[in-house]
Amino acid sequence: MDFLPLAAPALPLDEAGKYVAGAYVVFMVLVLVYVSIMAAKLQRIERELKELAGFAENRANGDQADADREQVSADV
Amino acid sequence: MYGKGLRPLSIATVVAVAAALSLTFFYAPLDADQGFVQKIFYLHVPISIVALCGFVAGGVFAILHLRSGERRWDAYSYVSIHMSVIFGVAVLITGAIWAKASWGHWWVWDEPTLVSFLIVFLMYATYYPFRYAIEDPERQARYASVFAVTAGAFVPLNFMAVRMAESLVHPRTFATANGGLPGEMMFTFLVALLAMGLLWVTLVKLELTAKSASGQLKRLRRALDAPAPGGGSRIAPEVS
Repeated sequence: MDFLPLAAPALPLDEAGKYVAGAYVVFMVLVLVYVSIMAAKLQRIERELKELAGFAENRANGDQADADREQVSADV
Repeated sequence: MYGKGLRPLSIATVVAVAAALSLTFFYAPLDADQGFVQKIFYLHVPISIVALCGFVAGGVFAILHLRSGERRWDAYSYVSIHMSVIFGVAVLITGAIWAKASWGHWWVWDEPTLVSFLIVFLMYATYYPFRYAIEDPERQARYASVFAVTAGAFVPLNFMAVRMAESLVHPRTFATANGGLPGEMMFTFLVALLAMGLLWVTLVKLELTAKSASGQLKRLRRALDAPAPGGGSRIAPEVS
């Protein structure tokens, strides 16, 4: 392991800065990508839920109309 | 159900992360040996600890699932492991960047700390193909729980083995006989650890909320697809 500098001198600020920035940026990007994926997923769920709610509403109205028609034909 | 308290938790996380970043760059002193590069410590070490604790938490939730048979514990276990794998990716990348800056190498194969974390990470990477290779949901949940318990037990054992091993270059920051971190550094580290812990919990909660909503949507679709009473089958429109 003689190639590893056990007591390496500290890097100058301009050189160290890019490594520190790199580490923090990578982590932030990773979290942001994950949050964006989750946000897109939640938006899709919300959209599907709205469409299903609309469908359920139409179905309930249709059932009511069918019941009304049956009532009218029974009266006739 | 899982979304309850997500907003205050998210706000607390943002505040904690902002505080941790401020303390790291404006309060914690520069390290005498490594200088500015040591700032990576306040990111790399907390996410490593949180990722490993998350793997153990996944095992604990799996035990609860196996004991009770409740599917929600399996969901907790799955999401905990999933989040810890994501944190694990961050640990490996930030660790490699720090290693390059400090040691001049992206990776050192004969360093026990690095290799042991890679082994743990790769072991959990097999969780996904293992889980999704099983089609029956009940068996899938049960087998995945057994995996999570076994792997979760391996994590602390692995950690202890590494602590006992002779380290070549990776420092043992919290177990040195003479001191350890100075006060300002320790305070900054603890705030960073709290911030990363909160971030993990928030993201787990966010994913559980999305999973729960998705499951409820599927149930709703099935209910609407069912034949209407007294009438023909009314198929709900396919929602993309």
